[in-house]
Amino acid sequence: MLLHDTALLFDRYARQTLRSPFQIFFGALMPLLYLLLFGPLLTGLPLGTEGDSWQILVPGLLLQLGLFGASFAGFSIIMEKNWGVFDRMRVTPVSRLALLLGRVLRDAALFVFQAALLVLIALPMGLRAPLAGILIGFGFVALLSVALASLSYALALKLRTPQEFGPAINTLAMPAMLLSGLMLPMTLAPGWLDALSRLMPFRHLVDAVREAYVGHYTTPTLLYGVLVALGVAALAVTVGTRTFQKAIA
Amino acid sequence: MPIISTAGLARTFTTRSGPVEAVRGIDLTVRSGEILGLLGPNGAGKTTTLRMLTTLLPPTGGAATVAGHDLLRDPAAVRRRIGYVAQSGGLDPQETVRSELVTQGRLYGMNRARATARAEELADDLGLTELLDRRTPALSGGQRRRLDLAMGLTHRPEILFLDEPTTGLDPGSRTDLWALVRRLRDEHGTTVVLTTHYLDEADSLADRLVVVDNGTVVAEDSPAGLKAAHGAASLQDAFLAVTGRGPAPVDTTPVAV
Repeated sequence: MLLHDTALLFDRYARQTLRSPFQIFFGALMPLLYLLLFGPLLTGLPLGTEGDSWQILVPGLLLQLGLFGASFAGFSIIMEKNWGVFDRMRVTPVSRLALLLGRVLRDAALFVFQAALLVLIALPMGLRAPLAGILIGFGFVALLSVALASLSYALALKLRTPQEFGPAINTLAMPAMLLSGLMLPMTLAPGWLDALSRLMPFRHLVDAVREAYVGHYTTPTLLYGVLVALGVAALAVTVGTRTFQKAIA
Repeated sequence: MPIISTAGLARTFTTRSGPVEAVRGIDLTVRSGEILGLLGPNGAGKTTTLRMLTTLLPPTGGAATVAGHDLLRDPAAVRRRIGYVAQSGGLDPQETVRSELVTQGRLYGMNRARATARAEELADDLGLTELLDRRTPALSGGQRRRLDLAMGLTHRPEILFLDEPTTGLDPGSRTDLWALVRRLRDEHGTTVVLTTHYLDEADSLADRLVVVDNGTVVAEDSPAGLKAAHGAASLQDAFLAVTGRGPAPVDTTPVAV
């Protein structure tokens, strides 16, 4: 039931996405601009970390892509609500969890695809990283997308006024991006900022992906990143499912 | 054994300016195979009542049994037995008529082959066959409404809930829809609960009318009975008498002061 319904809805949403090349490529534009126009500035700078500047920046951009892309995912459900499609589906016996997972898995697939695109473009710019590390990076993008998209859908359903959604997300995503050191590593930060950033879950994700990009797969940093990512994703899907299960006015 | 029965069904919304009692306590009994018209002024609580009966909105008070299942304890069983067409429909503008119909069948658990066959059957039944490969925004108002209805009928529900099904339709499309509702009841014994503001529709289509005002049932009878009880020549007069909203009093102030 759950699997059948999730596959059915994933298929529906994936087809809708495939019909819109704009949606597929536009989301990758912001991190791509950072890669092309900001990346070259870092190549000669001492960043205080192992690996060259591309091994620092590209993991950050991958998570930035997930962070901004997935946290705005909720817009699509606001549209579906307005069209009446969401209620039409909720009247059917379809699994409530599938209503969430079908979308969330589509989002994860989309952002991993965009992440792959970004890595491909980073290669001729100078990125060198082991294949396993790159694949681990995609795994983190997928987990982050699942987590943030779930929360985004839950928030979109809860907000009474859809016009509040964009500003609300921006207000949350900007500090999340800055505090996790996506653009520049937190090794450059003064003590207080470094300490503050450790409270931000994404910090541990980006640190873990950077570890993987320099070929360290068995360090506590990577393990810690995996645990935080899994924990956040589990928590977010639980919140999302609860919101979907409770009927919404 | 009624197919729908509610006792004190209520819904209070909490808003920033305080609680709003949209439905204060509805006691309703619907017999199997009946066409029930739910009437009432705007804001009376008709749509909220339908949304509760269709599991979309949890009641804040009362209880209900729908198609033999407790609304609160087993909403999933209720969903399998009812169909619902919302006031504004529920079509995705990115999809074609065929894909909407097939997806709907699959949401009710049919496999792809059965859902495809059912989509064609419904399209044939509702005059949508020529339109199957059209995107939904390319449909006219009447065609959209027929597709909405086809979606609600996909799984041959025992009860069909229609929220203002003919609002915005031309006279021909309205008559077609009435004929369809009657055919559903006559051929399949489907129970139909519909809300409407058109009293001619209520008069000619419904076996029984329930008038809701301020979130409670204020009158309940057959169209003829309702008229007789209020000595009214038309259902319009009876409705105004029941809801206490008589014709506007004649204003004696001159228009230009």
